[in-house]
Amino acid sequence: MTQAVSLKQVSRHFGTVRAIDDVDLEVAPGEFFAMLGPSGSGKTTCLRLIAGFEQPSSGHISIFGEAVEGVPPYRRNVNTVFQDYALFPHMNVRDNVAFSLMLRKVERAERYRAAEAALEMVRLSGYGDRRPGQLSGGQRQRVALARAIVNKPRVLLLDEPLGALDLKLREQMQEELKALQKQLGITFIFVTHDQGEALSMADRVAVFNTGRIMQVGTPEDIYRRPKTRFVADFVGSSNVLPPGFVEALTGTRRWASLRPEAVTVTRAADAMAHLRGTIVARSYMGSTTRLGIDLNGQRLTAVVAASDELPQEGDGVGLTFASEALHFMESEA
Amino acid sequence: MTALADMSGAIMPNRRGWLGALSDHFWRRPGLLIFLMLLPAILWLGIVYLGSLLALLIQSFFSIDEFSGLINHEFTLKTYAELLKPQNLDIIVRTVMMSALVTIASAIIAFPIAYMAARYARGKWKALFYLSIMLPLWASYLVKIYAWKLILAKEGILNWLFEQLHLTWLLEAWLAIPVIGGNSLSISYTGTFLVFLYVWMPFMILPIQAAIERVPTNLLDASADLGATPRQTFWKVIFPLTLPGVIAGSIFTFSLTLGDYIIPQIVGNSQFFIGQAVYSHQGTAGNIPLAAAFTVVPIVIMGIYLWLAKRAGAFNAL
Amino acid sequence: MRSRRDNGDKGAPLGLKVAAFAGLTFMLAPLALIFLYAFSTEDRTYQWPPPGLTLEWFAVTWGRSDVWEALTLSVQVAAISTAIALVLGTLCAAAVSGTKFFGRETISLVVILPIALPGIITGISLRSAFNLMDIPFSFWTIILGHSTFCIVVVYNNAVARFRRLHGSLIEAAMDLGADKFQTFRHVILPNLGTALLAGGMLAFALSFDEVIVTTFTAGQQQTLPIWMLEELIRPRQRPVTNVVAMVVIIVTFLPILAAFYLTRGGEQTTGGMGK
Repeated sequence: MTQAVSLKQVSRHFGTVRAIDDVDLEVAPGEFFAMLGPSGSGKTTCLRLIAGFEQPSSGHISIFGEAVEGVPPYRRNVNTVFQDYALFPHMNVRDNVAFSLMLRKVERAERYRAAEAALEMVRLSGYGDRRPGQLSGGQRQRVALARAIVNKPRVLLLDEPLGALDLKLREQMQEELKALQKQLGITFIFVTHDQGEALSMADRVAVFNTGRIMQVGTPEDIYRRPKTRFVADFVGSSNVLPPGFVEALTGTRRWASLRPEAVTVTRAADAMAHLRGTIVARSYMGSTTRLGIDLNGQRLTAVVAASDELPQEGDGVGLTFASEALHFMESEA
Repeated sequence: MTALADMSGAIMPNRRGWLGALSDHFWRRPGLLIFLMLLPAILWLGIVYLGSLLALLIQSFFSIDEFSGLINHEFTLKTYAELLKPQNLDIIVRTVMMSALVTIASAIIAFPIAYMAARYARGKWKALFYLSIMLPLWASYLVKIYAWKLILAKEGILNWLFEQLHLTWLLEAWLAIPVIGGNSLSISYTGTFLVFLYVWMPFMILPIQAAIERVPTNLLDASADLGATPRQTFWKVIFPLTLPGVIAGSIFTFSLTLGDYIIPQIVGNSQFFIGQAVYSHQGTAGNIPLAAAFTVVPIVIMGIYLWLAKRAGAFNAL
Repeated sequence: MRSRRDNGDKGAPLGLKVAAFAGLTFMLAPLALIFLYAFSTEDRTYQWPPPGLTLEWFAVTWGRSDVWEALTLSVQVAAISTAIALVLGTLCAAAVSGTKFFGRETISLVVILPIALPGIITGISLRSAFNLMDIPFSFWTIILGHSTFCIVVVYNNAVARFRRLHGSLIEAAMDLGADKFQTFRHVILPNLGTALLAGGMLAFALSFDEVIVTTFTAGQQQTLPIWMLEELIRPRQRPVTNVVAMVVIIVTFLPILAAFYLTRGGEQTTGGMGK
């Protein structure tokens, strides 16, 4: 099957810095794909390579089976929603959205009709006459989206599309983006440093670190079965347990991860407890409470449902968890 | 969006013919496009301007035959040695002194205006300040000199003012001071200085204002919060941060005064400044080598000045 | 001055206010004086206060063909120099802002040199170059000199606007299918528009007023500043000069006012962008 986007052994070097180092990646048509990683991990460079703003130092990129090396961005049927939206300040919203149609010499009446349809899709109908400067951050974001989808690109790239929005708006946009992607059937590739966003929206996630892909998989895969310490730590801040500690617990000398919410905290006297320790930190998170527990030098985090009977700092506690919650990692990295 | 059904390929064909092909070519070779964009300016400034400048500099190494008055096209430093003659050295020292004084006075007058415009003027006042600064800055150079010819004239407003205030004795006492005085204001160094100051001072304001505006206000709050008095805040925080702006402004006042030959020709005693020396040597005297050597003086001085200014970070304030 | 002052919004300290307004008076009063003199009945001295006021000299000036000729020449020179400067300055600014390439610092320096160095140096080097190459002084030698320093003004304005123009705007245009030329035509130029207009007007004003370089590069032609310079050195028709001086101030003030409103509008448009 032809992949929507395929990167084969792609590297991008800036001087001696390897922004992207030997990356292989395949995104299927119609997929909602997330590239997740901390800043400087190479995810944005990867996106810019697909858009055509950067050229690979080595390796091959193809989009729907067509090699795109040496193809300028303006000839790629790929559109981008920029992090800062990049709306043209000298045009009103309608002309912004209709920009790509104008370049293609689509007749005015028709391109305005298409622009209005795209605006409607992002629930901004009637805003065509406004200037970008007169819109709120969320509205600008929608205009940027409408502008990028108006002429149905084969692939839509989104660079931290929700980064500048506040929490409530972000949650709302997450749902809308997902619905929009279903409706259009376009391949979406979006870059984010927010693991919650990646997990909740994407069909598959690629986790980037230091220019390499650490793991590709469904959100559940990534979350429950992290292959590396980095992924375990970055996606949902798992407890990463060193081989010595794991060996004492299970007899197997391997690195392992343990999700904070998989840990049950009981009384110190609980005979069933696997481990015993002392509460050293406690932070209230609303519906849950995060507890920091010291186990003879090994620090562990547990997230428990908020209740009035939680132990205080300094209290001794017992810990239990289901044995399958402990996940052994494939890699040392 | 039905019209776009044909856009389904991942790569879109070139639909703009040779223009599109040219764009692709430039995209693949961005250096070529930049080179082509720079080419006209390089040709104009690099060849016409720098070429002329170079030709002039070369002529400063020629000399003039004292008997025939013809230019001797042999390499020599004789003309430069002539610069060191007392009457020529006088001209250089006089010009540099005047430029320095004008620059310092300009900074003193310009700073409060710039500070006021940057920190306190708001709304309508800001616009008013802006226009009050821009008008004298862009008003015709000759008209500005002309205004001072009116002011400094014996029958003009300044003498009249001193008379009305019964201070004519003060003016006379000032004019009696050697060097800076003279028969009247319009033929004294004081007069020349005032006109220089008036004409070139406005160039100082905008760079200073820009530098002051760039100092974040929370820095001032932080300084006050840490217990600095306003005076300490000014000297320890604002002034060091705006100094590059002052230096940037001084480049203009200093350079412009250094090369001016019209103001001292119209207001002042008949002592030459560098510009006048250049003008008369290349004109009536026909001594191009000496005129060229004279122009090297401000170039060297400005070169040193710009180098120092660059080290002080003044270029970022421009 | 020992008293406690706040840096907040309390208004300026008195000392600062006095110094600033004294400075502004020093800057503006001489120009105001020109306006008064234009109406003076006195025609042989610069007598203050004017013995009487009259409108007579405006009519006399209107009828002077030498003033009109000088004015026409100045306008022509300024218009052509500005046009050349607009093209060269914009291209140069675009190239310097577009990418980081080897030698861009040098380019910036060479562009700024004609105003960083005293005008007399530009003037005399051009003059001696014309002499060396046996180029006769003409209308075009004046243009050559004027364009050289007009480029800087346009360049500076354009570079400043390019700096505010987000790099992502250009990428967005290309992303949406605009090739290099379409990006320039539809995105860069409209965003540069007001900066170029402002730069162009300032270049025009600079050229219109130029006297130092012109004295070296003009032959028999008399631009308005050259005409005024003659009057300054050998005053022959003071009343006419008074009127011309006043008109010149008014004429310079209009582009400044326009440039002010244009660049302010420009800031608002780009200010609305994400940042």
